Amino acid sequence: MNQSTPIVDIKKLDYAINGRPVFAGLDIQMQRGQVTAVMGPSGTGKTTLLRLITGQVMASGGCIEVEGQNLRQLSRKDLYILRRRMGMLFQNGALLTDLSVFENVAFPLREHTDLPERLIRQIVLTKLQAVGLRGAAELMPAELSGGMSRRVALARAIVMDPEILIYDEPFVGLDPISLGVILRLIRRLNDALGITSIVVSHDVQEIASVADQVFLLSGGKVVAQGAPADLKRSPSEIVKQFVGGLPDGPVPFHFPAPDYFSELLSRSEDH
Amino acid sequence: MVRELWESLIESLEGLGSVIRFLLRLIVASPRALMRYDLIAQQIFNSGALSLVIIMLSGLFVGMVLGLQGFQLLQRFGSGEALGTAATIGLVKELGPVVTALLFAGRAGTALASELGLMRATDQLSAMEMMAVDPVQRVVVPRFLGGVIAMPLLAAIFSVIGIYGAQLVGVQIMGVDSGSFWSQMRAAVSLSDINEGIVKSLSFGVACSLIAVYEGYNATPTAEGVGRATTRTVVTSAVVILFLDYLITAAFL
Repeated sequence: MNQSTPIVDIKKLDYAINGRPVFAGLDIQMQRGQVTAVMGPSGTGKTTLLRLITGQVMASGGCIEVEGQNLRQLSRKDLYILRRRMGMLFQNGALLTDLSVFENVAFPLREHTDLPERLIRQIVLTKLQAVGLRGAAELMPAELSGGMSRRVALARAIVMDPEILIYDEPFVGLDPISLGVILRLIRRLNDALGITSIVVSHDVQEIASVADQVFLLSGGKVVAQGAPADLKRSPSEIVKQFVGGLPDGPVPFHFPAPDYFSELLSRSEDH
Repeated sequence: MVRELWESLIESLEGLGSVIRFLLRLIVASPRALMRYDLIAQQIFNSGALSLVIIMLSGLFVGMVLGLQGFQLLQRFGSGEALGTAATIGLVKELGPVVTALLFAGRAGTALASELGLMRATDQLSAMEMMAVDPVQRVVVPRFLGGVIAMPLLAAIFSVIGIYGAQLVGVQIMGVDSGSFWSQMRAAVSLSDINEGIVKSLSFGVACSLIAVYEGYNATPTAEGVGRATTRTVVTSAVVILFLDYLITAAFL
Protein backbone atom coordinates (compact mmCIF):
# COMPACT_ATOMS: atom_id res chain seq x y z
CA MET A 1 0.00 0.00 0.00
CA ASN A 2 1.12 3.55 -0.70
CA GLN A 3 3.08 5.12 2.18
CA SER A 4 0.95 8.25 2.08
CA THR A 5 -2.41 6.48 2.43
CA PRO A 6 -3.58 6.92 6.00
CA ILE A 7 -3.66 3.68 7.98
CA VAL A 8 -6.67 4.93 9.94
CA ASP A 9 -9.02 7.23 8.07
CA ILE A 10 -12.00 8.69 9.92
CA LYS A 11 -14.45 10.71 7.87
CA LYS A 12 -17.43 12.72 9.13
CA LEU A 13 -17.86 10.47 12.14
CA ASP A 14 -21.04 10.82 14.20
CA TYR A 15 -21.53 8.99 17.45
CA ALA A 16 -23.88 9.50 20.39
CA ILE A 17 -24.27 7.81 23.76
CA ASN A 18 -27.84 7.83 25.13
CA GLY A 19 -28.78 10.65 22.77
CA ARG A 20 -25.84 12.82 23.93
CA PRO A 21 -23.58 13.47 20.92
CA VAL A 22 -19.93 12.54 21.54
CA PHE A 23 -18.65 13.12 18.02
CA ALA A 24 -20.24 15.22 15.33
CA GLY A 25 -18.49 15.26 11.96
CA LEU A 26 -15.08 14.12 13.24
CA ASP A 27 -12.28 13.86 10.64
CA ILE A 28 -8.93 12.29 11.52
CA GLN A 29 -6.22 10.76 9.33
CA MET A 30 -3.46 8.78 10.99
CA GLN A 31 -0.29 8.09 9.03
CA ARG A 32 1.49 4.76 8.76
CA GLY A 33 4.64 4.36 10.87
CA GLN A 34 4.02 7.39 13.07
CA VAL A 35 3.15 7.85 16.72
CA THR A 36 -0.18 9.65 16.62
CA ALA A 37 -1.53 11.13 19.83
CA VAL A 38 -5.18 11.89 20.49
CA MET A 39 -5.52 14.38 23.32
CA GLY A 40 -8.32 16.26 24.92
CA PRO A 41 -9.97 17.11 28.22
CA SER A 42 -11.60 14.27 30.17
CA GLY A 43 -14.97 13.30 28.79
CA THR A 44 -14.26 14.28 25.18
CA GLY A 45 -14.60 10.67 24.07
CA LYS A 46 -10.96 9.71 23.57
CA THR A 47 -11.48 6.17 24.80
CA THR A 48 -14.71 5.98 22.81
CA LEU A 49 -12.73 6.89 19.72
CA LEU A 50 -10.42 3.91 20.34
CA ARG A 51 -13.45 1.64 20.72
CA LEU A 52 -14.73 2.96 17.40
CA ILE A 53 -11.39 2.43 15.62
CA THR A 54 -11.19 -1.13 16.91
CA GLY A 55 -14.80 -1.89 15.99
CA GLN A 56 -15.91 -2.58 19.56
CA VAL A 57 -18.72 -0.09 18.99
CA MET A 58 -20.13 1.07 15.66
CA ALA A 59 -20.56 4.70 14.59
CA SER A 60 -24.04 6.06 13.88
CA GLY A 61 -22.81 8.09 10.91
CA GLY A 62 -19.71 8.66 8.77
CA CYS A 63 -17.09 6.06 8.05
CA ILE A 64 -13.96 4.60 9.61
CA GLU A 65 -11.40 2.87 7.43
CA VAL A 66 -8.59 0.87 8.99
CA GLU A 67 -5.95 -0.52 6.60
CA GLY A 68 -8.29 0.50 3.78
CA GLN A 69 -11.19 -1.58 5.12
CA ASN A 70 -14.48 0.06 6.07
CA LEU A 71 -15.31 -1.25 9.54
CA ARG A 72 -19.03 -1.00 8.95
CA GLN A 73 -18.89 -3.42 6.02
CA LEU A 74 -16.84 -6.05 7.81
CA SER A 75 -18.46 -9.24 9.07
CA ARG A 76 -17.68 -10.32 12.63
CA LYS A 77 -15.19 -12.83 11.26
CA ASP A 78 -13.39 -10.27 9.09
CA LEU A 79 -13.32 -7.83 12.00
CA TYR A 80 -11.60 -10.49 14.12
CA ILE A 81 -9.08 -11.10 11.32
CA LEU A 82 -8.39 -7.36 11.18
CA ARG A 83 -8.00 -7.23 14.97
CA ARG A 84 -5.24 -9.83 14.83
CA ARG A 85 -3.20 -7.10 13.15
CA MET A 86 -3.93 -4.68 16.00
CA GLY A 87 -2.66 -4.67 19.55
CA MET A 88 -4.29 -2.70 22.31
CA LEU A 89 -3.05 -1.67 25.70
CA PHE A 90 -5.92 -1.03 28.10
CA GLN A 91 -5.84 1.61 30.81
CA ASN A 92 -5.45 -0.93 33.63
CA GLY A 93 -3.61 -3.57 31.59
CA ALA A 94 -6.63 -5.92 31.57
CA LEU A 95 -4.46 -8.97 32.22
CA LEU A 96 -6.35 -12.25 32.65
CA THR A 97 -6.16 -12.68 36.40
CA ASP A 98 -6.33 -16.48 36.40
CA LEU A 99 -3.22 -16.85 34.20
CA SER A 100 0.44 -16.20 35.02
CA VAL A 101 2.43 -13.46 33.30
CA PHE A 102 3.91 -16.01 30.88
CA GLU A 103 0.49 -17.48 30.03
CA ASN A 104 -1.01 -14.02 29.59
CA VAL A 105 1.58 -13.15 26.96
CA ALA A 106 1.24 -16.60 25.39
CA PHE A 107 -2.57 -16.33 25.32
CA PRO A 108 -2.99 -14.90 21.78
CA LEU A 109 -0.45 -17.40 20.41
CA ARG A 110 -2.23 -20.34 22.00
CA GLU A 111 -5.61 -19.13 20.74
CA HIS A 112 -4.60 -18.32 17.17
CA THR A 113 -1.68 -20.57 16.29
CA ASP A 114 -0.60 -24.21 16.54
CA LEU A 115 3.01 -23.37 17.27
CA PRO A 116 5.00 -25.96 19.22
CA GLU A 117 5.51 -25.24 22.91
CA ARG A 118 9.24 -24.57 22.42
CA LEU A 119 8.58 -21.82 19.91
CA ILE A 120 5.83 -20.25 22.00
CA ARG A 121 8.25 -20.16 24.92
CA GLN A 122 10.88 -18.43 22.81
CA ILE A 123 8.49 -15.82 21.44
CA VAL A 124 7.01 -15.06 24.85
CA LEU A 125 10.41 -14.72 26.50
CA THR A 126 11.61 -12.42 23.70
CA LYS A 127 8.60 -10.14 24.16
CA LEU A 128 8.96 -10.15 27.93
CA GLN A 129 12.66 -9.32 27.51
CA ALA A 130 11.65 -6.36 25.31
CA VAL A 131 9.62 -4.89 28.17
CA GLY A 132 12.22 -5.89 30.76
CA LEU A 133 10.08 -8.42 32.62
CA ARG A 134 11.50 -11.80 31.59
CA GLY A 135 12.28 -12.38 35.26
CA ALA A 136 8.61 -11.96 36.20
CA ALA A 137 7.33 -14.66 33.84
CA GLU A 138 6.09 -16.95 36.60
CA LEU A 139 4.35 -14.26 38.69
CA MET A 140 0.56 -13.89 38.79
CA PRO A 141 -1.03 -10.54 37.74
CA ALA A 142 -2.05 -9.83 41.35
CA GLU A 143 1.64 -9.80 42.34
CA LEU A 144 2.55 -7.02 39.86
CA SER A 145 2.65 -3.28 40.38
CA GLY A 146 0.59 -1.00 38.12
CA GLY A 147 3.57 -0.17 35.91
CA MET A 148 4.60 -3.81 35.62
CA SER A 149 1.10 -4.99 34.64
CA ARG A 150 1.02 -2.39 31.94
CA ARG A 151 4.37 -3.59 30.59
CA VAL A 152 3.15 -7.19 30.62
CA ALA A 153 0.02 -6.06 28.79
CA LEU A 154 2.30 -4.33 26.29
CA ALA A 155 4.26 -7.54 25.76
CA ARG A 156 0.95 -9.33 25.17
CA ALA A 157 -0.18 -6.62 22.74
CA ILE A 158 2.95 -7.07 20.58
CA VAL A 159 3.16 -10.86 20.76
CA MET A 160 1.27 -11.32 17.48
CA ASP A 161 3.48 -8.66 15.81
CA PRO A 162 0.66 -6.18 15.11
CA GLU A 163 0.77 -3.42 12.53
CA ILE A 164 -1.14 -0.99 14.72
CA LEU A 165 -0.58 -0.60 18.44
CA ILE A 166 -3.15 1.31 20.44
CA TYR A 167 -2.51 2.75 23.90
CA ASP A 168 -5.39 3.89 26.09
CA GLU A 169 -4.12 6.39 28.69
CA PRO A 170 -0.77 4.58 29.13
CA PHE A 171 0.63 7.09 31.64
CA VAL A 172 -2.18 7.25 34.19
CA GLY A 173 -1.08 6.52 37.76
CA LEU A 174 2.55 5.66 36.99
CA ASP A 175 5.56 6.73 39.01
CA PRO A 176 8.18 8.78 37.08
CA ILE A 177 10.42 5.75 36.48
CA SER A 178 7.68 3.48 35.09
CA LEU A 179 6.42 6.42 33.08
CA GLY A 180 9.86 6.93 31.53
CA VAL A 181 10.02 3.21 30.74
CA ILE A 182 6.62 3.21 29.02
CA LEU A 183 7.48 6.36 27.06
CA ARG A 184 10.72 4.84 25.80
CA LEU A 185 8.97 1.60 24.93
CA ILE A 186 6.31 3.38 22.87
CA ARG A 187 8.94 5.09 20.74
CA ARG A 188 11.26 2.09 20.53
CA LEU A 189 8.55 -0.40 19.59
CA ASN A 190 7.19 1.98 17.01
CA ASP A 191 10.57 2.44 15.32
CA ALA A 192 12.07 -1.02 15.84
CA LEU A 193 9.00 -3.02 14.76
CA GLY A 194 7.89 -0.51 12.14
CA ILE A 195 4.38 -0.30 13.51
CA THR A 196 1.90 2.53 13.77
CA SER A 197 1.11 3.74 17.27
CA ILE A 198 -2.03 5.50 18.43
CA VAL A 199 -1.80 6.99 21.92
CA VAL A 200 -4.76 8.45 23.77
CA SER A 201 -3.72 10.62 26.67
CA HIS A 202 -4.08 13.97 28.35
CA ASP A 203 -0.52 14.21 29.63
CA VAL A 204 0.80 17.10 27.55
CA GLN A 205 4.50 16.91 28.40
CA GLU A 206 4.79 13.15 27.97
CA ILE A 207 2.97 13.19 24.64
CA ALA A 208 5.06 16.08 23.36
CA SER A 209 8.20 14.02 23.87
CA VAL A 210 6.99 10.97 21.98
CA ALA A 211 4.36 11.87 19.36
CA ASP A 212 4.90 12.77 15.70
CA GLN A 213 1.38 14.08 15.21
CA VAL A 214 -1.16 15.31 17.76
CA PHE A 215 -4.93 15.71 17.45
CA LEU A 216 -6.60 17.79 20.12
CA LEU A 217 -10.28 16.95 20.58
CA SER A 218 -12.89 19.08 22.24
CA GLY A 219 -16.65 19.19 21.91
CA GLY A 220 -16.73 16.24 19.52
CA LYS A 221 -14.40 17.82 16.97
CA VAL A 222 -10.70 18.18 16.24
CA VAL A 223 -9.84 21.70 17.46
CA ALA A 224 -6.15 21.54 16.64
CA GLN A 225 -3.70 19.22 14.95
CA GLY A 226 -0.03 19.17 14.09
CA ALA A 227 3.38 18.33 15.50
CA PRO A 228 3.69 18.85 19.28
CA ALA A 229 5.91 21.91 18.77
CA ASP A 230 3.32 23.55 16.49
CA LEU A 231 0.64 23.00 19.10
CA LYS A 232 2.67 24.78 21.76
CA ARG A 233 2.88 27.86 19.52
CA SER A 234 -0.78 27.76 18.56
CA PRO A 235 -2.70 31.02 19.10
CA SER A 236 -6.00 29.16 19.70
CA GLU A 237 -7.50 29.82 23.15
CA ILE A 238 -8.51 26.23 23.75
CA VAL A 239 -5.08 24.90 22.82
CA LYS A 240 -3.45 27.44 25.14
CA GLN A 241 -5.77 26.41 27.95
CA PHE A 242 -5.08 22.72 27.45
CA VAL A 243 -1.33 22.90 26.89
CA GLY A 244 -0.87 25.47 29.68
CA GLY A 245 -3.16 23.61 32.07
CA LEU A 246 -5.29 26.69 32.84
CA PRO A 247 -8.31 25.88 35.06
CA ASP A 248 -10.83 28.05 33.21
CA GLY A 249 -11.20 29.12 29.60
CA PRO A 250 -13.10 27.80 26.60
CA VAL A 251 -13.38 24.52 28.52
CA PRO A 252 -15.28 25.72 31.58
CA PHE A 253 -14.29 24.78 35.13
CA HIS A 254 -17.95 24.29 36.08
CA PHE A 255 -20.25 21.53 34.94
CA PRO A 256 -23.40 23.20 33.53
CA ALA A 257 -25.64 24.16 36.47
CA PRO A 258 -28.43 26.62 37.31
CA ASP A 259 -27.47 30.05 38.62
CA TYR A 260 -25.38 29.72 41.79
CA PHE A 261 -27.09 32.42 43.88
CA SER A 262 -30.62 31.51 43.03
CA GLU A 263 -29.86 27.85 43.79
CA LEU A 264 -28.26 28.69 47.18
CA LEU A 265 -31.19 30.93 48.11
CA SER A 266 -33.87 28.50 47.01
CA ARG A 267 -35.42 26.16 49.58
CA SER A 268 -33.54 22.91 49.97
CA GLU A 269 -36.75 20.84 49.61
CA ASP A 270 -36.85 21.89 45.97
CA HIS A 271 -34.13 19.32 45.29
CA MET B 1 -51.66 0.73 37.92
CA VAL B 2 -52.68 -1.46 34.97
CA ARG B 3 -50.15 0.34 32.85
CA GLU B 4 -47.36 -0.29 35.35
CA LEU B 5 -48.26 -3.96 35.51
CA TRP B 6 -48.29 -4.14 31.73
CA GLU B 7 -44.90 -2.46 31.51
CA SER B 8 -43.33 -4.77 34.09
CA LEU B 9 -44.80 -7.76 32.24
CA ILE B 10 -43.26 -6.53 28.98
CA GLU B 11 -39.96 -5.93 30.76
CA SER B 12 -39.81 -9.43 32.21
CA LEU B 13 -40.72 -10.94 28.84
CA GLU B 14 -37.88 -8.96 27.25
CA GLY B 15 -35.55 -10.24 29.96
CA LEU B 16 -36.66 -13.81 29.30
CA GLY B 17 -36.17 -13.27 25.57
CA SER B 18 -32.60 -12.07 26.00
CA VAL B 19 -31.80 -15.00 28.32
CA ILE B 20 -33.09 -17.41 25.67
CA ARG B 21 -31.10 -15.64 22.96
CA PHE B 22 -28.02 -15.91 25.16
CA LEU B 23 -28.71 -19.64 25.64
CA LEU B 24 -28.94 -20.12 21.86
CA ARG B 25 -25.63 -18.31 21.47
CA LEU B 26 -24.08 -20.64 24.04
CA ILE B 27 -25.49 -23.71 22.30
CA VAL B 28 -24.17 -22.57 18.92
CA ALA B 29 -20.71 -22.01 20.41
CA SER B 30 -20.73 -25.29 22.38
CA PRO B 31 -19.47 -27.78 19.75
CA ARG B 32 -16.26 -25.81 19.16
CA ALA B 33 -15.81 -25.21 22.88
CA LEU B 34 -16.17 -28.95 23.51
CA MET B 35 -12.94 -29.50 21.58
CA ARG B 36 -11.11 -27.56 24.28
CA TYR B 37 -11.92 -30.20 26.89
CA ASP B 38 -9.13 -29.02 29.19
CA LEU B 39 -10.97 -25.71 29.71
CA ILE B 40 -14.20 -27.55 30.49
CA ALA B 41 -12.45 -29.96 32.85
CA GLN B 42 -11.05 -26.97 34.72
CA GLN B 43 -14.56 -25.55 35.10
CA ILE B 44 -16.03 -28.89 36.21
CA PHE B 45 -13.35 -28.81 38.88
CA ASN B 46 -14.21 -25.21 39.86
CA SER B 47 -17.98 -25.69 39.97
CA GLY B 48 -18.09 -29.35 40.96
CA ALA B 49 -15.09 -30.50 42.94
CA LEU B 50 -14.87 -27.28 44.92
CA SER B 51 -18.57 -27.64 45.89
CA LEU B 52 -18.12 -31.24 47.04
CA VAL B 53 -17.61 -30.59 50.75
CA ILE B 54 -20.71 -28.44 51.17
CA ILE B 55 -22.79 -30.88 49.07
CA MET B 56 -21.61 -33.95 50.99
CA LEU B 57 -22.10 -32.37 54.41
CA SER B 58 -25.57 -31.09 53.52
CA GLY B 59 -26.48 -34.46 52.01
CA LEU B 60 -25.46 -36.25 55.19
CA PHE B 61 -27.52 -33.95 57.44
CA VAL B 62 -30.57 -33.91 55.15
CA GLY B 63 -30.43 -37.73 55.06
CA MET B 64 -30.13 -37.94 58.83
CA VAL B 65 -33.12 -35.65 59.36
CA LEU B 66 -35.05 -37.66 56.80
CA GLY B 67 -34.18 -40.85 58.71
CA LEU B 68 -35.38 -39.36 61.97
CA GLN B 69 -38.60 -37.75 60.68
CA GLY B 70 -39.39 -40.60 58.32
CA PHE B 71 -38.97 -43.20 61.04
CA GLN B 72 -41.24 -41.26 63.45
CA LEU B 73 -43.93 -40.94 60.79
CA LEU B 74 -43.74 -44.51 59.44
CA GLN B 75 -43.65 -45.94 62.95
CA ARG B 76 -47.15 -44.54 63.57
CA PHE B 77 -48.46 -46.78 60.80
CA GLY B 78 -46.34 -49.67 61.93
CA SER B 79 -44.20 -49.64 58.83
CA GLY B 80 -40.83 -48.45 60.06
CA GLU B 81 -39.15 -50.93 57.72
CA ALA B 82 -40.28 -48.85 54.74
CA LEU B 83 -37.84 -46.12 55.83
CA GLY B 84 -35.29 -47.13 53.18
CA THR B 85 -37.86 -46.73 50.39
CA ALA B 86 -39.25 -43.46 51.73
CA ALA B 87 -35.88 -41.84 52.25
CA THR B 88 -34.51 -42.97 48.90
CA ILE B 89 -37.52 -41.83 46.88
CA GLY B 90 -37.58 -38.54 48.75
CA LEU B 91 -33.89 -37.97 48.10
CA VAL B 92 -33.55 -39.21 44.56
CA LYS B 93 -36.69 -37.58 43.18
CA GLU B 94 -36.92 -34.41 45.20
CA LEU B 95 -34.46 -33.38 47.87
CA GLY B 96 -31.32 -34.47 46.07
CA PRO B 97 -31.79 -32.38 42.92
CA VAL B 98 -33.55 -29.43 44.58
CA VAL B 99 -31.28 -28.94 47.60
CA THR B 100 -28.16 -29.57 45.51
CA ALA B 101 -29.32 -27.01 42.95
CA LEU B 102 -30.03 -24.41 45.66
CA LEU B 103 -26.60 -24.99 47.20
CA PHE B 104 -25.02 -25.02 43.73
CA ALA B 105 -26.59 -21.63 42.95
CA GLY B 106 -25.24 -20.27 46.22
CA ARG B 107 -21.75 -21.75 45.96
CA ALA B 108 -20.88 -22.11 42.26
CA GLY B 109 -23.46 -19.75 40.68
CA THR B 110 -22.37 -16.73 42.69
CA ALA B 111 -18.71 -17.52 41.99
CA LEU B 112 -19.41 -17.68 38.24
CA ALA B 113 -21.45 -14.49 38.19
CA SER B 114 -18.99 -12.42 40.20
CA GLU B 115 -16.00 -13.78 38.27
CA LEU B 116 -17.52 -12.88 34.91
CA GLY B 117 -18.79 -9.54 36.23
CA LEU B 118 -15.33 -8.62 37.48
CA MET B 119 -13.76 -9.74 34.21
CA ARG B 120 -16.11 -7.34 32.45
CA ALA B 121 -15.39 -4.55 34.98
CA THR B 122 -11.61 -4.93 34.61
CA ASP B 123 -11.78 -4.96 30.78
CA GLN B 124 -10.61 -8.57 30.55
CA LEU B 125 -13.50 -9.44 28.25
CA SER B 126 -12.83 -6.40 26.03
CA ALA B 127 -9.15 -7.32 25.98
CA MET B 128 -10.06 -10.78 24.69
CA GLU B 129 -12.25 -9.27 21.99
CA MET B 130 -9.32 -7.07 21.01
CA MET B 131 -7.12 -10.16 20.77
CA ALA B 132 -9.72 -11.53 18.34
CA VAL B 133 -10.81 -14.15 20.87
CA ASP B 134 -14.57 -14.47 21.34
CA PRO B 135 -15.12 -14.23 25.13
CA VAL B 136 -18.40 -16.16 24.88
CA GLN B 137 -16.60 -19.07 23.27
CA ARG B 138 -13.45 -18.94 25.39
CA VAL B 139 -14.80 -17.95 28.81
CA VAL B 140 -18.58 -18.24 29.05
CA VAL B 141 -19.29 -21.56 27.30
CA PRO B 142 -16.72 -23.62 29.27
CA ARG B 143 -18.16 -22.25 32.52
CA PHE B 144 -21.70 -22.99 31.39
CA LEU B 145 -20.87 -26.55 30.26
CA GLY B 146 -18.81 -27.16 33.40
CA GLY B 147 -21.84 -26.28 35.52
CA VAL B 148 -24.22 -28.37 33.41
CA ILE B 149 -21.97 -31.42 33.76
CA ALA B 150 -21.14 -30.91 37.43
CA MET B 151 -24.68 -30.42 38.70
CA PRO B 152 -26.13 -33.95 38.04
CA LEU B 153 -22.95 -35.50 39.47
CA LEU B 154 -23.27 -33.41 42.62
CA ALA B 155 -26.97 -34.29 42.93
CA ALA B 156 -26.13 -38.01 42.64
CA ILE B 157 -23.45 -37.70 45.31
CA PHE B 158 -25.87 -35.76 47.51
CA SER B 159 -28.49 -38.53 47.21
CA VAL B 160 -26.02 -41.32 47.91
CA ILE B 161 -24.64 -39.63 51.01
CA GLY B 162 -28.21 -38.73 52.05
CA ILE B 163 -29.30 -42.38 51.84
CA TYR B 164 -26.29 -43.31 53.91
CA GLY B 165 -27.29 -40.64 56.48
CA ALA B 166 -30.85 -41.99 56.64
CA GLN B 167 -29.46 -45.49 57.12
CA LEU B 168 -27.14 -44.22 59.84
CA VAL B 169 -30.00 -42.81 61.88
CA GLY B 170 -32.71 -45.32 60.94
CA VAL B 171 -30.71 -48.54 61.20
CA GLN B 172 -27.87 -47.75 63.58
CA ILE B 173 -29.77 -45.56 66.05
CA MET B 174 -33.52 -46.15 65.70
CA GLY B 175 -33.12 -49.86 65.21
CA VAL B 176 -34.76 -50.47 61.82
CA ASP B 177 -33.74 -53.87 60.47
CA SER B 178 -30.82 -53.40 58.09
CA GLY B 179 -31.93 -56.17 55.72
CA SER B 180 -35.43 -54.83 55.24
CA PHE B 181 -34.13 -51.24 54.92
CA TRP B 182 -32.05 -52.16 51.88
CA SER B 183 -34.25 -54.90 50.35
CA GLN B 184 -37.47 -52.85 50.51
CA MET B 185 -35.61 -49.98 48.94
CA ARG B 186 -34.33 -52.13 46.09
CA ALA B 187 -37.76 -53.61 45.50
CA ALA B 188 -39.73 -50.36 45.55
CA VAL B 189 -37.50 -47.80 43.89
CA SER B 190 -37.93 -48.02 40.12
CA LEU B 191 -35.83 -46.78 37.25
CA SER B 192 -38.36 -44.05 36.49
CA ASP B 193 -37.73 -42.58 39.96
CA ILE B 194 -34.04 -42.38 39.17
CA ASN B 195 -34.77 -40.93 35.73
CA GLU B 196 -36.91 -38.21 37.25
CA GLY B 197 -34.00 -37.26 39.51
CA ILE B 198 -31.60 -37.20 36.57
CA VAL B 199 -33.92 -35.07 34.42
CA LYS B 200 -34.44 -32.67 37.29
CA SER B 201 -30.78 -32.28 38.16
CA LEU B 202 -29.83 -31.80 34.50
CA SER B 203 -32.52 -29.15 34.01
CA PHE B 204 -31.52 -27.38 37.21
CA GLY B 205 -27.89 -27.54 36.11
CA VAL B 206 -28.76 -25.84 32.80
CA ALA B 207 -30.94 -23.24 34.55
CA CYS B 208 -28.48 -22.38 37.35
CA SER B 209 -25.43 -22.21 35.08
CA LEU B 210 -27.30 -20.19 32.45
CA ILE B 211 -28.59 -17.66 34.98
CA ALA B 212 -25.15 -17.31 36.58
CA VAL B 213 -23.21 -16.74 33.34
CA TYR B 214 -25.95 -14.51 31.90
CA GLU B 215 -26.04 -12.26 34.98
CA GLY B 216 -22.24 -12.15 35.22
CA TYR B 217 -21.61 -11.53 31.53
CA ASN B 218 -24.21 -8.75 31.37
CA ALA B 219 -23.35 -7.18 34.73
CA THR B 220 -22.95 -3.41 34.92
CA PRO B 221 -19.15 -3.00 35.16
CA THR B 222 -19.10 -1.40 38.62
CA ALA B 223 -18.74 -2.73 42.17
CA GLU B 224 -22.45 -2.20 42.71
CA GLY B 225 -23.36 -3.82 39.39
CA VAL B 226 -21.34 -6.97 40.11
CA GLY B 227 -22.88 -7.18 43.59
CA ARG B 228 -26.36 -6.88 42.15
CA ALA B 229 -25.64 -9.51 39.49
CA THR B 230 -24.49 -11.94 42.20
CA THR B 231 -27.61 -11.38 44.30
CA ARG B 232 -29.88 -11.72 41.30
CA THR B 233 -28.17 -15.00 40.39
CA VAL B 234 -29.15 -16.59 43.72
CA VAL B 235 -32.67 -15.15 43.86
CA THR B 236 -33.58 -15.95 40.25
CA SER B 237 -32.01 -19.41 40.43
CA ALA B 238 -33.96 -20.31 43.59
CA VAL B 239 -37.30 -19.28 42.11
CA VAL B 240 -36.60 -20.94 38.75
CA ILE B 241 -35.45 -24.19 40.42
CA LEU B 242 -38.64 -24.50 42.48
CA PHE B 243 -40.84 -23.62 39.51
CA LEU B 244 -39.10 -26.12 37.23
CA ASP B 245 -39.31 -28.71 40.01
CA TYR B 246 -43.08 -28.43 40.01
CA LEU B 247 -43.29 -28.64 36.21
CA ILE B 248 -41.06 -31.70 35.94
CA THR B 249 -42.78 -33.47 38.84
CA ALA B 250 -46.13 -32.90 37.12
CA ALA B 251 -44.75 -34.14 33.82
CA PHE B 252 -43.55 -37.41 35.36
CA LEU B 253 -46.91 -38.27 37.00
